Amino acid sequence: MGAHYGIMGWLVQRISAAIMALFILLFLAVLLDHHPLSYDIWKTLLSQLWLRIGMQLFLIGLFLHAWVGMRDILMDYVHATGIRLLLQVLVLVSLSAYAIWSVRIIWEN
Amino acid sequence: MRFSIYRFDPDADASPYMKDYDLALEAGDMMLLDALILIKAQDDSLSLRKSCREGVCGSDAMNINGKNGLACITPLSSLKEPIELRPLPGLPVIRDLVVDMEPFFKQYRSIKPYLINNDPPPETERLQSPQERAELDGLYECILCACCTTSCPSFWWNPDKFVGPAGLLQAWRFIADTRDQATSERLDDLEDPYRLFRCHGIMNCVDACPKGLNPTEAIGKIKGMMVRRTV
Repeated sequence: MGAHYGIMGWLVQRISAAIMALFILLFLAVLLDHHPLSYDIWKTLLSQLWLRIGMQLFLIGLFLHAWVGMRDILMDYVHATGIRLLLQVLVLVSLSAYAIWSVRIIWEN
Repeated sequence: MRFSIYRFDPDADASPYMKDYDLALEAGDMMLLDALILIKAQDDSLSLRKSCREGVCGSDAMNINGKNGLACITPLSSLKEPIELRPLPGLPVIRDLVVDMEPFFKQYRSIKPYLINNDPPPETERLQSPQERAELDGLYECILCACCTTSCPSFWWNPDKFVGPAGLLQAWRFIADTRDQATSERLDDLEDPYRLFRCHGIMNCVDACPKGLNPTEAIGKIKGMMVRRTV
């Protein structure tokens, strides 16, 4: 009997994909609606709370999705446990850093 | 007809090589295995497995022009020349077209391919309704030839950890069986990140199966059952 988190990774991958797909469609519609874009329009757009929340959810989905995907690739191809663990930690640390950075970018102003 | 066949005798050869054979054949409905038997009459050092010669035993699975299949039910007329024959990929070669099936069967055994039912055996058979029995269609027909599992890159990379399509099809065969009482233990056993979840759904198994079975669908059903009991 093995570890019981295989299904969680698989679910996270699918749910995050659905969230990203939804937001991409929504965001494309918003962009088309405000075409042609200027800096001012872009700034007004991103001052709206719902768009900031949507973008943050999209990015959280992206980082979770990337984590499961990178973990899958490393599990498939890197068979030395020590090196795999090291690479997984590197991926996790970078994605966490990106996640924190994305919070700052979206909510700073 | 020209054949190019993978040859390797670990006692004599430093490395494997491809050897060409020519057969003068009349056009007809010969199967590839018939041609191989004629080639073996020419060169009896060629090793291959065969038994039933009608797609039931699964012994003569090999890589035929790049695709896994059974020589005995592959019509020669369906193949482009030169016909390139290699052993099943991803398993250790014992000699020529003969591979060591142990890594495959080890994974098969690991899913406990037998009915687990702790009730006292009844006087008669454990009956199923026709609908319950129909759940096993497309599962019980597997002949364990290993065409699917050895066409699966996830099995090539992790043959010691990933059960592979044939084993997972059989895992679902027993999960789906209403007479089996070990469903949650079977799901527990498959829920780690390797045994089931190395499957990325590329469907090489479906493409390779000479019996037309669908391991990817069975794997999807196992995942569905895990989702239902998790969320």
